[in-house]
Amino acid sequence: MINKTVQNAQEALQGVQDGMTLMLGGFGLCGIPENAIQELLRLGVKNLTCISNNAGVDDFGIGLLLQKRQVKKMISSYVGENAEFERQLLSGELEVELIPQGTLAERIRAGGAGIPAFFTPAGYGTEVGEGKETRAFNGKMYLMESWLKADFSFVKAWKGDTAGNLIYKGTARNFNPMMATAGKITVAEVEELVPAGELDPNLIHTPGIYVQRIFKGENYEKRIEQRTVRST
Amino acid sequence: MALDKNQIAQRIAKEVKNGMYVNLGIGIPTLVANYIPEGIEVVLQSENGLLGMGPFPTEDKVDADLINAGKQTITTLPGSAIFNSAESFAMIRGEHVDLTILGAMEVSENGDIANWKIPGKMVKGMGGAMDLVASAKNIIVAMQHTARDGSSKLLKECTLPITGVHCVKKIVTDLAVLEVVDGGFKLLERAPGVSTEAIRAATAGNLIVDGDVPEILL
Repeated sequence: MINKTVQNAQEALQGVQDGMTLMLGGFGLCGIPENAIQELLRLGVKNLTCISNNAGVDDFGIGLLLQKRQVKKMISSYVGENAEFERQLLSGELEVELIPQGTLAERIRAGGAGIPAFFTPAGYGTEVGEGKETRAFNGKMYLMESWLKADFSFVKAWKGDTAGNLIYKGTARNFNPMMATAGKITVAEVEELVPAGELDPNLIHTPGIYVQRIFKGENYEKRIEQRTVRST
Repeated sequence: MALDKNQIAQRIAKEVKNGMYVNLGIGIPTLVANYIPEGIEVVLQSENGLLGMGPFPTEDKVDADLINAGKQTITTLPGSAIFNSAESFAMIRGEHVDLTILGAMEVSENGDIANWKIPGKMVKGMGGAMDLVASAKNIIVAMQHTARDGSSKLLKECTLPITGVHCVKKIVTDLAVLEVVDGGFKLLERAPGVSTEAIRAATAGNLIVDGDVPEILL
């Protein structure tokens, strides 16, 4: 089996340069590639286009990259938890493309699956549809949306093996599986890295063919945005 | 008396039928889950990738890897399923989700909804709302009838950037239950003690009143 293992984030992010387009998995702060983000901060690469459902919070996740002005453009569906993002956006420092969440997920999936475009009803008749080709199917109007791809995709999984096979946990799965398919180079960071053969092939979420580099991540903070509990 | 947020949620809960798959938006819609009557089995979808959303966890069961679309920690239930975001919206676009309940800043009398952007002021993004309103078989909106300054949020045409066109079917506000029909908002029920005239005064779009309108029963 081909061994995709690298030692750490530093080795995994070799080749990341200014001006690249990156995908970063996660929904809110759930399932984000914390180690890759730390390494992007250390590298100090700039003018990045980041494709991620959210933009982190002010002091965690992609919010850290925004603070250091490393991001030129964000492509996201919801950025409401990040005051610094909103400030940079309203002042014009940051470009942003807001995309309906399902369209974002499908555009990434299409990128990885070799489908250049598809039609979706989301956003028809709204400003999201401005300038886009439309077409009626069975009397309903749809927008044409195109695929998204990235120079690097950074995904976070729960378990992975040396062949690059990945298993996610809970709702930390979210955008990670599609992003894994749409990166020229996909870097997977995992909480537990095992030799090929230890994961049950029946339970693999992301087959290793999509993953170029895999490493065991460290010091996961897994910050919770809205800690809600019940008493009994 | 106008309904409070919990009472709006309580009224909407009566629209939920046995066997439905339901997506609840953030805010008042989330509260609907608290009022689903005994004996009604529904499956709640959370668009970040969970069917069968359970209650908030007890302190010892909090899991950072298990949240809902509002980023709140939650639990699964027996029979829950977890999936990725593309699959989640395939369920929504493919009309497998029966009912969507969401909030709005404005609704127009032809069923357009605006709930994602205030130009120059608030740009949080649409999240999954555009996908949901474009595809849901049935959409109920939970909202306040008027803004804090008293201006109506039920309009002839939305003034804010819209989220979707001709999609809202029913609206439950603090003052009334309304249905979007050809020609305007049909008044179905009034909040207890709120007159038809008061509702008409709070509605900028065309209000259709057909005979005596009953009060909302909670």
